[in-house]
Amino acid sequence: MTTVALKPATMAQALGRALRDAMAADPTVHVMGEDVGTLGGVFRVTDGLAKEFGDDRCTDTPLAEAGILGAAVGMAMYGLRPVVEMQFDAFAYPAFEQLLSHVAKMRNRTRGAMPLPITIRVPYGGGIGGVEHHSDSSEAYYMATPGLHVVMPATVSDAYGLLREAIASDDPVVFLEPKRLYWSKDSWNPDEPSAVEPIGRAVVRRQGRSATLITYGPSVPVCLEAAEAARAEGWDLEVVDLRSLVPFDDETVAASVRRTGRAVVVHESTGFGGPGGEIAARVTERCFHHLEAPVLRVAGFDIPYPPPMLERHHLPGVDRILDAVGRLQWEAQS
Amino acid sequence: MTVMEQRGAYRPTPPPAWQPRTDPAPLLPDALPHRVLGTDAAAKVDPALLRRLHAELVRGRRYNVQATALTKQGRLAVYPSSTGQEACEVAAALVLEERDWLFPSYRDTLAAVARGLDPVQALTLLRGDWHTGYDPREHRIAPLCTPLATQLPHAVGLAHAARLKGDDVVALALVGDGGTSEGDFHEALNFAAVWQAPVVFLVQNNGFAISVPLAKQTAAPSLAHKAVGYGMPGRLVDGNDAVAVHQVLSEAVAHARAGGGPTLVEAVTYRIDAHTNADDATRYRGDAEVETWRAHDPVALVERELTERGLLDEAALQAVRDDAEAMAADLRERMNQDPVLDPMDLFAHVYAHPTPQLLEQESQLRAELDAEADGTPGAGPHGPEGAGR
Repeated sequence: MTTVALKPATMAQALGRALRDAMAADPTVHVMGEDVGTLGGVFRVTDGLAKEFGDDRCTDTPLAEAGILGAAVGMAMYGLRPVVEMQFDAFAYPAFEQLLSHVAKMRNRTRGAMPLPITIRVPYGGGIGGVEHHSDSSEAYYMATPGLHVVMPATVSDAYGLLREAIASDDPVVFLEPKRLYWSKDSWNPDEPSAVEPIGRAVVRRQGRSATLITYGPSVPVCLEAAEAARAEGWDLEVVDLRSLVPFDDETVAASVRRTGRAVVVHESTGFGGPGGEIAARVTERCFHHLEAPVLRVAGFDIPYPPPMLERHHLPGVDRILDAVGRLQWEAQS
Repeated sequence: MTVMEQRGAYRPTPPPAWQPRTDPAPLLPDALPHRVLGTDAAAKVDPALLRRLHAELVRGRRYNVQATALTKQGRLAVYPSSTGQEACEVAAALVLEERDWLFPSYRDTLAAVARGLDPVQALTLLRGDWHTGYDPREHRIAPLCTPLATQLPHAVGLAHAARLKGDDVVALALVGDGGTSEGDFHEALNFAAVWQAPVVFLVQNNGFAISVPLAKQTAAPSLAHKAVGYGMPGRLVDGNDAVAVHQVLSEAVAHARAGGGPTLVEAVTYRIDAHTNADDATRYRGDAEVETWRAHDPVALVERELTERGLLDEAALQAVRDDAEAMAADLRERMNQDPVLDPMDLFAHVYAHPTPQLLEQESQLRAELDAEADGTPGAGPHGPEGAGR
């Protein structure tokens, strides 16, 4: 009897394997960005790709994000499938004009004649002690831009599966990689990666009956931890991992909230103007008669991302999540 | 004996990592814009090329006049005219092979038309029934680009991709003098030079970025000089001399096709009309200046050369004008027909597969349109509760 050994793998390894497998399967896939070649990326996600596929397939570019993304647009126009790396979330901002005016709109501008199959990988979010401009949660900018898909894995399996799907997509995908989950480990067989739900489907990571935590990316493990801690309070929390903000899975989210009657949205991004407001509105519109309490948000404060020695006060943690759950008008139940 | 010599061992050396890179001298543009017409070299120009350029220039001028007239009749939302710049527009189209790519800005509909695009398709953006009126891959013309200089990195990426694939395709990207101040101009030229991409950048220096003159745009000796900083050759040409522009661009395209890398060409020209029909140029420049440029008209320059060499008789000139007139009449007639619009197209091309949210919004608009057609005002979409399953 043979058994397939499931070895622990990190999210960074799974992402690198996804890039490698995509490049091996499709010669039009090109990886490009700052330090992605010889160095293998500052997070080592592209480690070994230049060696295996050559500098023309995994390219160290000049240090200019608008140029990187703009060149990727031209390459996609000629039939290539570029995967660009923006080294850190806040370093993607110089590329915003290319992203908003061209990447997001080219299919629309040309009535579908020229779709742009570009994947934009962005190491994002805080919690790794980065100095300023290295820890932004930029997803609200992207989800406010029609034409982009916005995807963020929270597990090792999803990191592989969602990135492969993003690269295969004929539409541009902003692929947000939670930096503090790069080194998270899970049992995973790289030679036989398990199938995952497609982009656009949320997944219930933990079933519960008391309330739903709606979350994504780096906040998923925090919510799972909070759900465990909540048992001591007698709450049985459901955790929904959105996996993509665009498309948004109203169906799975609404079904969960209708079951539980209570919901808290949890993310690192600022609360004001952040994704939580949109999600809370969507839940309220769909589940109003099932709700026992207003939909609450636990988000980063409405401040510029703090210096590393203070970031733990900013990031939504277990206590802040449990406080919010406690404010879901439980007294009305009895 | 100097102090240095007394110290004995000291030898000035460059920093360890430093090594000479590119010799800047061959990259420098000439001191004066390259000209052919009106010089001795004009006599040697192939009559066939002169006739071709002339016919295209006359058509191009007529196109500019007709498109401007269409704005006055309310048939175009706006028209940024290239009157006075026809030599650049026409030459840019003629130097390219069919497999090559053109990357126009919003002022370059004429270049697209001279490359063979149907004028109605070229003007779709400016009529306002859609953004891009043609399939870019079919014509190898990128969408007309409104955000300044942002099409330049696209040209670089496309040329780079073609080279990686082993195709001898060249990309020609058009930009104005104002566009050279944008960051994307810098990034595109830098990428092009580092990658040795087969791309040619043509800057049409027409004197103004809407109202701002070149002196407020740059302190560079010339825009062509900017090439040297990137390690590519810069060429300066009289942008109203169609033969000279054709020559310089042909050389740059051949250089790129042969693997020589990119070239930056500055064509010195003048925007005879205002920025668009909505602009008032009298607020920022005088008639006298415009008149000096009218005397250096690109159509007249070629026409004079042809006439002086006895290459254009009255009948031939009339044939060229008749052809241009026929093009204008056809354009006028077709632009006077109302375009057929389908509001459902708003949702058709946002993603390959519309998101559930877009499907909901599509039904909402459909319901609104149906209600409009039924004449039942107030029949709106249903409430969201329970909708969109």
